[in-house]
Amino acid sequence: MLELRDVSKVVSGEAHISHVSLTFAPGTLNVLLGPTLAGKTSLMRLMAGLDRPTDGSVWMEGQDVTGVPVQKRSVAMVYQQFINYPAMTVYENIASPLRVAGVDRATIDRKVQHAAELLHLTPHLRRTPLELSGGQQQRTALARAMVKEARLVLLDEPLANLDYKLREELRAELPKIFAASGAIFVYATTEPSEALLLGGHTAALSEGRVTQFGPTIELFREPADLITAQTFADPPLNTVAVEKKGAAFALDGGLVLQVPARLSGMADDAYTLGFQPHHLSFQPRTADAVSVEARVSVTEITGSESFVHLDFAGRRWVMLEEGIHRLEAGETVRVFLDTRHMLVFDSGGRRISANGALAA
Amino acid sequence: MRLTKWLVPTLYIVFLLLPIYWLVNMSFKTTNEILGGFSPWPKNFTTDSYVEILTNPVWYNGYISSISYVLINTVISVSFALPAAYAFSRYRFLGDKHLFFWLLTNRMAPPAVFALPFYQLYSAIGLFDTPWAVALAHCLFNIPLAVWILEGFMSGVPKEIDETAYIDGYSFPRFFVKIFMPLIASGIGVTAFFCFMFSWVELLLAKTLTSVAAKPIAAVMTRTASTSGYELGLLAAAGVLTIIPGAIVIWFVRNYIAKGFALGRV
Repeated sequence: MLELRDVSKVVSGEAHISHVSLTFAPGTLNVLLGPTLAGKTSLMRLMAGLDRPTDGSVWMEGQDVTGVPVQKRSVAMVYQQFINYPAMTVYENIASPLRVAGVDRATIDRKVQHAAELLHLTPHLRRTPLELSGGQQQRTALARAMVKEARLVLLDEPLANLDYKLREELRAELPKIFAASGAIFVYATTEPSEALLLGGHTAALSEGRVTQFGPTIELFREPADLITAQTFADPPLNTVAVEKKGAAFALDGGLVLQVPARLSGMADDAYTLGFQPHHLSFQPRTADAVSVEARVSVTEITGSESFVHLDFAGRRWVMLEEGIHRLEAGETVRVFLDTRHMLVFDSGGRRISANGALAA
Repeated sequence: MRLTKWLVPTLYIVFLLLPIYWLVNMSFKTTNEILGGFSPWPKNFTTDSYVEILTNPVWYNGYISSISYVLINTVISVSFALPAAYAFSRYRFLGDKHLFFWLLTNRMAPPAVFALPFYQLYSAIGLFDTPWAVALAHCLFNIPLAVWILEGFMSGVPKEIDETAYIDGYSFPRFFVKIFMPLIASGIGVTAFFCFMFSWVELLLAKTLTSVAAKPIAAVMTRTASTSGYELGLLAAAGVLTIIPGAIVIWFVRNYIAKGFALGRV
């Protein structure tokens, strides 16, 4: 079990990590999700022991390991860049942690062959990493992390520099490869879809803080606050500021929409509504869908779907609509808002779940 | 057009190599023939000058002492510059950039400035007229240069490699020797080459800090010229032999020099 207790990291007056407390159970897959500079790498370096926290402590299996040098910890790490030892062969690269640990030759050979087999590196063992493709280089780094059989495996955006197909392939394999070891598996990514595909637990990071930690699907469906919802939305979450008066929300575009029954207990105040791009459509999906007039700014067509960027009351919205829609920029269109899955946040950014209660 | 394409470089190379050819040409002539008139190749081909140099201790000891202080200097410079360059490339500390630039300014001072203090100091502690005196004096120029070149090569190695090695369990010394040094092997080669060259061609300090026992070959050459008149054949042969070590070293590092230049550090 890995525990971070109120960990902070300040570098030359700038807080990279502030007051993070997390607990990861053995044998679990944990995703650190957040945009660039959210502190994912900083947090991983603290977990690994490459950096020392300015404040707080790191506990491993009930022992305080805050000051323990990285060499003495049971950690493996894979970086976004393909980091291998260029002067050694792939075989020696994979064998390196075992050689340092003084493992006997036969065991090294068995483990290296096994890891190479799993990661499809067997034909390349005698070559050097720089003679391999990017995907194979990263597989080498993964194999090295694997043979070490560390209790904590840190993967810092390991697939970000790979092309689409390789990424899909490795992402499917990765959890399986490491699942057998019973290690704590920490995976940093900037992509919400990657977090969802990996499953497990997710910690959403923003500006050095963990905004929410829990089962991945729960974070996606029921974010605790606006920042988490925005971190977990790709394309970005659409938002609009509203004023609740009795049974209606007054939108700042001059529109009025009904407060859903599940939220009727809310106090009259200023709120922010959030909804996903696929909750906007040209045709109403339900009878009580709200119709809104907005101006088209850009249309992106991905093949079978169109992303229509809309300008509504000074806010940039994105609508995801099936089929190909060619719209002129500046054109005014009528779109319908499906309010069933609408997220409501109070002025402090906290989500209101039902009957005015704040989300846990 | 095709003609000028190779004609111009050829003319240029001929122009550059002419003095070296003339030196080799002279070294196989007798002094009388050299003084007698213009001849593009030796009329009475002789290797007497080379035989004289390789058999007379006054001559060959000059080579031995030159090579010994150059080698000592190269080893000291590279081994001291390695940790220093690593610190400059990997750590941020107070005044690091100023210190790094200050190192370079050491190369700007003329050696003559240091000749007198070194002479007095080494005489006082008994280092005068030993290869160590020259080797240590040359460190003044070569260690900053070596730090400067090595830092460039080291900064080209991602810091993540260091960290990966620590995570794998390598201690710092083991990582440095087993992982890091092979990665910058070409940089070490280029650095050693430049230390070798600067120390080999430097004359002023080498002459000032030695008298008899550790006299460098360049000093032997000038003295021979003044005591036994104009032995031009002998001098030319000594000159040819002086070029050879540099040429050999260049041959070994020729592929890496370009990389050093590309880093803008040489």
